[in-house]
Amino acid sequence: MSALDAHLENFRRLDGHAPGTLRALRERALARFTELGFPTIRLEDWKYTNVAPLAERAFHLADERAPRGVEALAQRARLGTGIELVFVNGRYAEALSSVGRLPSGAVIGSLDSALQRRPELVEPHLGRYAPFDHAPESLTALNTAFIRDGAFVYVPVGTAIDAPIHCLFLSLPADGPIVAHPRNLIVAGEGSRVTVVEQYVGERTYWTNAVTEAVVAAGAQLTHYKVQRESADAFHVGSVAVEQAGESTYHSHAVSLGAVLARTDIATRLDAPGAACTFDGLYVARATQHAAQHTTIDHRQPRGTSRELYKGILAERATGVFNGKVYVRPHAQQSDAQQMNKNLLLSDDAQIDTKPQLEIFADDVKCSHGATIGQLDEDAIFYLRSRGIDAPTARELLIFAFANELLGKIEVAALREQLTGEISSRLKGGRHMDHHHPGSHPQ
Amino acid sequence: MLLEIEDLHATVATTQILRGIDLTVRRGEVHAIMGPNGSGKSTLCNVLAGREGYTVTAGRVLYDGQDLLAMAPEDRARNGLFLAFQYPVEIPGVGNTYFLRTALNAVRKHRGLEPIDAMDFLALVKAKMQFVDMDPKFLNRSVNEGFSGGEKKRNEILQMAVLEPMLAILDETDSGLDIDALRIVADGVNALRNERHAVVVITHYQRLLNYLVPDFVHVLANGRIVRSGDKQLASELEAKGYAALEGAATP
Repeated sequence: MSALDAHLENFRRLDGHAPGTLRALRERALARFTELGFPTIRLEDWKYTNVAPLAERAFHLADERAPRGVEALAQRARLGTGIELVFVNGRYAEALSSVGRLPSGAVIGSLDSALQRRPELVEPHLGRYAPFDHAPESLTALNTAFIRDGAFVYVPVGTAIDAPIHCLFLSLPADGPIVAHPRNLIVAGEGSRVTVVEQYVGERTYWTNAVTEAVVAAGAQLTHYKVQRESADAFHVGSVAVEQAGESTYHSHAVSLGAVLARTDIATRLDAPGAACTFDGLYVARATQHAAQHTTIDHRQPRGTSRELYKGILAERATGVFNGKVYVRPHAQQSDAQQMNKNLLLSDDAQIDTKPQLEIFADDVKCSHGATIGQLDEDAIFYLRSRGIDAPTARELLIFAFANELLGKIEVAALREQLTGEISSRLKGGRHMDHHHPGSHPQ
Repeated sequence: MLLEIEDLHATVATTQILRGIDLTVRRGEVHAIMGPNGSGKSTLCNVLAGREGYTVTAGRVLYDGQDLLAMAPEDRARNGLFLAFQYPVEIPGVGNTYFLRTALNAVRKHRGLEPIDAMDFLALVKAKMQFVDMDPKFLNRSVNEGFSGGEKKRNEILQMAVLEPMLAILDETDSGLDIDALRIVADGVNALRNERHAVVVITHYQRLLNYLVPDFVHVLANGRIVRSGDKQLASELEAKGYAALEGAATP
C-alpha cells in the first residue's frame, strides 16, 4: 500500500459521529492534502527538512487504545501537576488521566468529548487559526483531515488556573508503524491566566503529526510548553498557531530532544495593540537526528513586543534548523522585536542552518536579531581541567551552562528537573564521539 | 625535591621559546622568576600546567618524582599543582560556587577523601573569602564573568586558598593590582609557606617582592635562566634593569 493510500484508508476508518461542520472541515482538508501531497525540499520552507521517510512509508492509525507497557511509559513523563490529560496513540485515555476540581465554567478534557458535549465552545475556534491551504502547510491539512481527539482547554473570562495542565501524548505501536494526529485547542478568555504543557513521548517507530491552536483574548496570559521527547526512531511534525488579542501575553517554551526527524512550527499573530510574546527554544540533537524549528511572530498592530531566544546543541552528525520569521506590518508602529539564535556544535560533522528573517514594513519600530554558531571554549575547558576537573566533566559543565539559560526559564519545576536529567543522559551518550573531535587549537 | 626542571626546551607553533631551563624547587621554598616581556615566563607556566599548543622538544620535568609532562592537566591539579592564571577566563553560566566545589571534590577524591557537603563547603569558602577580602556575593556569579581585573586575580587566590596546592605557580598575578590587592596576593602565598608546600612567583616587577620575600630569585631571559640569587638580585634588577643582565652567565 502506498503512503497516500494508507492515509486515505485511515480516513475511511475514522469514526462517523463527528458533527456536520467538522465532517465538512475534514473533507476539505483531505482534499487539500491530496492535491498538495507531502512537502518537498523544493519548497523554501522545507528546504532543510526532508520528509521523504514519511512520504514513502505506510503509517496506520492505531487500533489499540491500551497497549502493553503504557502505564510504565506514562510514569516516565508524569509531572504530578494535578491536571494531567493522557493520550495514547492519539486517543484520550481517561483511566490514565486526572482532572480534579476546576474553577466554575472551565472545561478541560478531550477534544472528542468537548465536540460532543460543548460544541458551542469548540466550533467558533476549531480550524480558524492553523491555515492549511498552502503547499508548506500540507501536513496541517493532513492533521485537520484527521481531527478527532486531542486536548481541549477552555478558561472562562477572568479565571486563573494555577496548576499547569499537562497534556501527555504517548505513542506505543503494537505492530508496524502508526501515525497519530493530535489536535489541541486552547481558548484563554479575557483576563484569564493558564499554563499548558504539551509533551510527547513514545517507543519504537511511529509518526506524530500534531497541531495546536490557541486563542488568547484581551488581557489574558497563556504560558505554553511544547516538549518533544519522542523515541529515537520516531518522526515528529508539530505546529502551534496562536492568535493574540490586545494586551494579551503568550509565553512559548519549545524543547526538542527526541525523534530521528523533528520539526516544530510555532506562529503567533499579535492581532491587536499592545500584545506581547516571548519565544524560548532549546533543541538538542545527536547521532543522525534532525531537529528543525520554525517560528513566526507577526506584529500586525501597534505596540506589540516580542522576545525570542532559541539555543541549539548539536553533536555527532546531527543537523539542526532555525528559521525565525518576524513580520512588522505597516500598521504595527512602535513594535519592539528582539530575536537571537545561538548554536553550539560539538563535532565537526554536526550542522546547523540558521536563518533569521525580519520583514519590517513600519518605520517607528525597534527590531534586532542575531545568530551565533560556536564550539565549546577550549580556554574554558583548560581552565576547568587546571583545577582538577576531568575533561568530560568540564565539557558537560560548559554544555549545561549553555543550556541553563533556557532550562532556568522553565517554571514548572518537575518538568525542569526531568529535562535537565534527560539532556544530561543524552549528552553523556554522545560523549565518546566528542573525543574524536577535540576541536582544540594551538594557542 | 618537589619540582625538577632539566634542560627544558619548548616551542609554540614553530617558534622556539624555552631554550634549556633548569630549575629545582624544594618543599618550603618560595622562588621568584623575573624577566622581561617575551622571555618565556608564560610559556613556562603553560607547559607546567599542561595547556595544549606547546611542544616540548627536549628536557624533562619531574614533579614529586613523577614525569609531569606525561600527566593530563587535571591529574597535575589533583596531585597538587596549581597555576594562577595571568588572564583568568570568564565562564558564563557556570556558577563560582559550583565550580569551586566540583574542583575541590575532584582533588579530595584523588586524595581518598569523601566529597565535602554543601554546608561544610560554604563555611570553608566563606572563611577563605574573608581571607582574600572578597565579597561573598561573588559566589553567586558565574566564574569570572564581568569581574574586574583585580577581582579575577583575587578569585585565583581564592581558588588557591580553597584547593591548598602542593606547588602554586603564580603567573604575573601581581600585574595591574593596587597595593591592597598585592598584599592579599602576598598573604595568600605566605599562607602556603611551610615545610609541605612550595610557591613559584612569576613577575615582571620587583614590587610584589616588597610584600613577599622569596628564598630565591631567578632571571629568565630569552628562554633560559641567566642568573639566580637571593632577594638581593631583585633589588639589583630594579636598579640596573634587565638589559644589564641579559646574556650574563649564571654564577
